[in-house]
Amino acid sequence: MSFFLSQVIIGIQLGSQYVMVALGLTLIFGILDISHFAHGHLYMVGAYLLYVVMVLGGINYWLALIICMAALAVAGVAVERVVYRPLRGKPGINSFIAAIGLILVLESLVGGIQPNTLSVPQPIDSTVHFLGTTMEVQRLIVIFGAIFFIVLLQLFIKRTRLGTAIEAMSQDREGASMVGINVNRMSALTFALATALAAAAAVMMAPLAFLSPGMGSTLILKAFVIVVIGGLGSMKGAIFGGYILGILEALAIAYVSSAYKDVFAFGILIVILAIRPTGLFKGREAT
Amino acid sequence: MKKYAKIGLYLLVLAAAIALPLLLNMSRKGKNHISILTLGMVWAIAALSLNLILGYTGQASLAHGAFMGIGAYCFAILFERVGINFWLAVPITCLVTALIGFLVGLPSLRTKGPYFAIFTLCFNVIVLVVFFNWTWLSGGVQGQAITLPSYLSQRWVRYYVVLFFLILVMLIERQIVKSLAGPSLIAVRSNENLAEAVGIRTFREKLIAFTASCFLVGLAGVFFAMEQQHLSPEATSYLASFYILIYLLIGGVATLGGPVVGAVGLYWLLSRFEKSLGDFRYLIFGLILIFVIIYFPMGVVGGIKKLWEWAKERWGGKEVPSDTLAYRGPDEEVRGVSSD
Repeated sequence: MSFFLSQVIIGIQLGSQYVMVALGLTLIFGILDISHFAHGHLYMVGAYLLYVVMVLGGINYWLALIICMAALAVAGVAVERVVYRPLRGKPGINSFIAAIGLILVLESLVGGIQPNTLSVPQPIDSTVHFLGTTMEVQRLIVIFGAIFFIVLLQLFIKRTRLGTAIEAMSQDREGASMVGINVNRMSALTFALATALAAAAAVMMAPLAFLSPGMGSTLILKAFVIVVIGGLGSMKGAIFGGYILGILEALAIAYVSSAYKDVFAFGILIVILAIRPTGLFKGREAT
Repeated sequence: MKKYAKIGLYLLVLAAAIALPLLLNMSRKGKNHISILTLGMVWAIAALSLNLILGYTGQASLAHGAFMGIGAYCFAILFERVGINFWLAVPITCLVTALIGFLVGLPSLRTKGPYFAIFTLCFNVIVLVVFFNWTWLSGGVQGQAITLPSYLSQRWVRYYVVLFFLILVMLIERQIVKSLAGPSLIAVRSNENLAEAVGIRTFREKLIAFTASCFLVGLAGVFFAMEQQHLSPEATSYLASFYILIYLLIGGVATLGGPVVGAVGLYWLLSRFEKSLGDFRYLIFGLILIFVIIYFPMGVVGGIKKLWEWAKERWGGKEVPSDTLAYRGPDEEVRGVSSD
């Protein structure tokens, strides 16, 4: 029983990072219709930045978290401005291809500078006991940190003027611009939020994993699986989908096979898309 | 006039392609270049196959790396383990790849755009994971070696074999695009809903294009196996899908020469700078891809075509292509009246 419980907790922790990455992806897709495939690679950049700031720079972990989030928010705005904005109004596949270009740039840049895998020490290096299970404090930081950021994002979207503008844009872009919402500013803001969220996930996850230039590629695919399952542009869908996928994956690793764990997640997507070509919930047409 | 110039250009390139190994075979370093060019042509076949689905139906398949790897492994297993004759294994491999493509296309082609790209990419990742873990199939870490028949042991022989098939693939693709299927395929690309409304069965067209595309990429897989003579599970990597896409886009999608120019040119450049730039060359690669998709979505060959037509209109005087002539009609009429 305690084995099962600890697997579920690991699943929730896996799910936490999926939710944080998928939330940004679904925001961007819902509001701007961009399949931001390089999102996972910005997550990777966030993790490496943590290494630079914390391990090389010797800065406190929590301060590093804020630095990484701020830096990646700026990077997200730059990506939107330089890569995606010129492609607005073009077929969706064009921005997807541009994202592949960005993936190559980021992955070979990081891999060219530091080809070896790196690891980041855990800021609180101890374990806790809970109902007969033992786990690292860092896992709890991921779980509760994710909840904190998800609630914060929800509050921002629901309670502030800017947040409502983002939601309005995701519901009806033309209508939003008609009532005076600046589309360019909102795009930049969405990218800043989404990328900062990914950076937060990366900083919290980094002490539990090895850093490698390709670490973002399977993550982004899983985030896409979640977004497709949960419905494009649906934040609720991304949250539920992310936690469910995380828990299912942890259980599949524990009870079925760890070598084929990715087959499992991507198999779900293939099955869902085969049955419903536009995703599970919202029947939005892709262009 | 323009038509003859085009044929002349093709013949010139063909003559150069035939003569090149004779020059390169003289030096030791040149022999390596033959190998690089051969692999470049293999990628060109793969890019031409993707052209059939992306260029003429607008759907970007990110599973072509997997299909190429499947083709390569299928060929290696048939030829090396089962012991089937080399030239018999080639068509069987293509048919097997086409069959798998058909089965994948059946569910995936109901999706569109980014969904289709993600669907096919997920398929590719699954294939890669399966090849990595199923050692009986892929030979695992040691991989699968291929011992070629003795007449194929010379580099220049393999070069001519691949060159022959590349030309064959180009001719086939030209025929497909020209024949009845062609215009309706392009109609599917430019406006799928409209194409459906005027009675083109878009799903059927796309499925045929996808299956044919997988047939051709299986052929690319065969020659990949032949030139490498050793396969590892990485042969099915989705990175190959990305590269095929990049070769095609930078060369020029929906053109016949574009995929060949893109694949041979870029592959040659990439291996040229392998030592000096290392992994950084993919950085340049990515930057070029972003630049091309934003400013030249038609690629190098498409861009040259556009420039050529623009220059003709600017300086060519009478020699305007027939399709722009129709547009100019009324203007010339007015001029005619005023001069009289």
